[in-house]
Amino acid sequence: MAQQMVGLTGFGGYIPRLRLQRKSIVQANAWVAPNFLGKGKGERSMANWDEDSVTMAVEAARDLLGPDDDRSHVDALYFGSTTMPFKDRLNSGIISAALTLDERVRAIDVASTQRAGTSALMQALSAVRGGEVKNALVLASDHRKTKAVTAQELDFGDGAAALSVGTENIIAAYLGGASLTLDFVDHFRGDTEEFDYNWEERWIRDEGFAKIVPRAVKAALENSSVSAEEIKHFVLPCAFGDKFVQQLAKRSGIAPEAARDTLAANCGETGVAHSLVMLVHTLQTEAKPGDKVLLLHFGGGCDALVFEVTENLSTQASKRGITGSLRNRVEETNYMKFLTFNGLIEWERGMRAEQDKKTALTTLYRNEDMLMGLVGGRCTETGVVQFPRSRISVNPNKHTVDTQEPYKFAEKKAKILSWSADFLSFSMNPPNHYGMVVFEEGGRIMMDFTDVEVGTVDSGMEVKLVFRIKEFDEMRGFRRYFWKAVPVAASETKSQTGQAAE
Amino acid sequence: MAAGIKDKVAILGMGCSKFGERWDAGPEELMVEAYLEAMQDAGVEPTQIDAAWFSTHIDEIGTGKGGTPLSLALRLPNIAVTRVENFCAGGSEALRGAVYAVASGAADIALALGVEKLKDTGYGGLPVGNMGTLIPQWAPSGSAPGNFAQLASAYRAKHGVSKEDLKRAIAHVSVKSHANGAKNPKAHLRNTVTEEQVMGAPMIAEPLGLFDCCGVSDGAAAAIVTTPEIARALGKKDIVTVKAMQLSVSNGLESQHNSWDGSYFHTARIAAKKAYKEAGIDNPREQVSMMEVHDCFSITELVTMEDLFISPEGGAVKDVMDGFYDSDGKVPCQIDGGLKCFGHPIGASGLRMAYEMYLQLQGRAGERQLANPRIGLTHNLGGAPASNVCSVTIVGAYGA
Repeated sequence: MAQQMVGLTGFGGYIPRLRLQRKSIVQANAWVAPNFLGKGKGERSMANWDEDSVTMAVEAARDLLGPDDDRSHVDALYFGSTTMPFKDRLNSGIISAALTLDERVRAIDVASTQRAGTSALMQALSAVRGGEVKNALVLASDHRKTKAVTAQELDFGDGAAALSVGTENIIAAYLGGASLTLDFVDHFRGDTEEFDYNWEERWIRDEGFAKIVPRAVKAALENSSVSAEEIKHFVLPCAFGDKFVQQLAKRSGIAPEAARDTLAANCGETGVAHSLVMLVHTLQTEAKPGDKVLLLHFGGGCDALVFEVTENLSTQASKRGITGSLRNRVEETNYMKFLTFNGLIEWERGMRAEQDKKTALTTLYRNEDMLMGLVGGRCTETGVVQFPRSRISVNPNKHTVDTQEPYKFAEKKAKILSWSADFLSFSMNPPNHYGMVVFEEGGRIMMDFTDVEVGTVDSGMEVKLVFRIKEFDEMRGFRRYFWKAVPVAASETKSQTGQAAE
Repeated sequence: MAAGIKDKVAILGMGCSKFGERWDAGPEELMVEAYLEAMQDAGVEPTQIDAAWFSTHIDEIGTGKGGTPLSLALRLPNIAVTRVENFCAGGSEALRGAVYAVASGAADIALALGVEKLKDTGYGGLPVGNMGTLIPQWAPSGSAPGNFAQLASAYRAKHGVSKEDLKRAIAHVSVKSHANGAKNPKAHLRNTVTEEQVMGAPMIAEPLGLFDCCGVSDGAAAAIVTTPEIARALGKKDIVTVKAMQLSVSNGLESQHNSWDGSYFHTARIAAKKAYKEAGIDNPREQVSMMEVHDCFSITELVTMEDLFISPEGGAVKDVMDGFYDSDGKVPCQIDGGLKCFGHPIGASGLRMAYEMYLQLQGRAGERQLANPRIGLTHNLGGAPASNVCSVTIVGAYGA
């Protein structure tokens, strides 16, 4: 009996909308690092202050899953990152709670290497092929931390990608793959360190990429019985330039023009996420049914996976993915803001920021679906929807008791009723916008806004909801998450409506 | 509805400290300042006080919790002291406790005192505090101006008022209060300002600028209440009595149910209706002589004019611009400067409002005395528009 086909069944992507202009970085640093002036081209993605690898992974997953309340089909979640916010607290557990996945989901964090995303994907493919898992969600995300005045701060970006793995409605069938494991230390980050320590680039390029990648390619092609000439898309995150990637492809017998865009110009390398980010981008742009894709990620060796795109690819046309994320961009020219958001500047935040942000973990767990999943209540008797859920209903006409069932708000349509832009309260990105958000199908929440274009907010504006960091508890190294409203510009609302009509 | 307390309780004496940045005084000194004035006015001895109600809001930087801070500061004769706290409406709550004690016959003479020492925080504006362990995990980490400012966006959307027109109307609210406060020696802010100054001030929380926000002040205020009969027996003339005391508290409708549009105070309308009924007032625009309302922010005062049924709905902008609430208008409002300029020591504010009504009704308001007022209304709010407590108290000449 032939082995059951497994493969990718869907994708999602998320790149933060802020794009830091590299020119701003190199100009600010020219006094100390004139050698970087030549790298001042293009832009890199930059997470907002309230984003981390977990929140970005949630956004990519939501793009993949769509707005349906029922997500019970997801029975495994693999999260790859080397910038997870917690060393010991299941980061994929936070994501699972935010996505309101079933508690029986198998959630696993995959870390410690740049190929954590592809390794997570390989684990998911194996689990599905083995039959223990039916629908796995693979998320890869990185919020990359670098010192100021480094090549890395110019090369890197922040972002996330999501893939689902299953046996039905496959958009890209998995043909086989290989992993090479070598303790090649191009960079490392010690247990107590905040930043990477990097070895010489020329050695990494010539002794690392140039020698290790082709061996992984060869093994993967053998394992999948695919010839090098058949590969239409050579997907490899690499900061050494397009020409070098093309040469690498050629060295493996793959057409140089198969080398796919590393998104260096308009995104930057998003770490663990980047192979998946590039794959999603490829699936949204150049990939056609029948094409064979080689997905690679270098790091402590190299992962290589071979896929064949199917006719089902068209089912993903409505996804934002990476192309949609790249379109939704706001130019950021303030390098100081980047440094501040990334904790690289000690700045006076004022006494209001001294407030203790200790989180009662008992309270958090007692209200887990409310706080993490934005789940409120719906009265089964009157149909009145409310947030938060309560034993006695808020319905002014009938205060029914113990009639509420869980009701998910995160994907519902909502508008701004009232708002203000507050310069008094502490904010990492003043003015602090917040207001009353009213849901079309009922319910309202007074909540923080984020990703705001100052000066454009008004009552009646549509919002979408995003899972973000609410506050940092710097005293204890904890961070609180909750949902925030992003005002959607009228122009964006129109284009969304246009897409829906197509 | 219950018979109510109309004319059952008289104000025997009142006192109020100087409000402001009282670097010279802690909460004890502020309490004593208000208390001694009230005792002198009432003409009674400490041993004649049967019970006391004590209001303070932010105990972390003020007096600490409990009833002991009042008893210790005033050396009360081991009588009952109940601490009340109901956000910024605590002062009215202390008065309500004392008034109800007298009305019930449980006490012949009762003391209400409110105090707040805010200027020990090290920064401007109100102190930031936590609300339990759940709310901080999801509610916006905003500020009072940011919460009240939202009234403006919803009011504009509902009534189709332009940004500029509303900004000018709320500026006039502050200009009027500054003009009044300038005449009050106990007020925190005693400078006059122009509409242009108000409108050009730095933004605090859009659309509220610096002059749209009330003073953050230290201060204390006190009232001694008794029955009209005892007041007369003590030789008092021109007796001021309590006509109504109502409090309405949000139950989540505004914050959780889509029937509230965000442009008004649901509780204020309920408290006002009940208070008018208790006081026997059926046409407030004509019958109320003067008001002290909770003008924590200019926009709050503007929408409150409608919530108290003085201005018609959507008509407050016109009334404000017509000078209806100015000191020479039909219903003078914030004649003592209001929270805006007299200042807002949270736990004391409700009693400070009553103090001005009491002085006006007795003809003792000096330079700012109004001609023959008969009925005074105080409106004391705590919390934020979407979730609050609202007190409406009506006082007047005995028999009025």
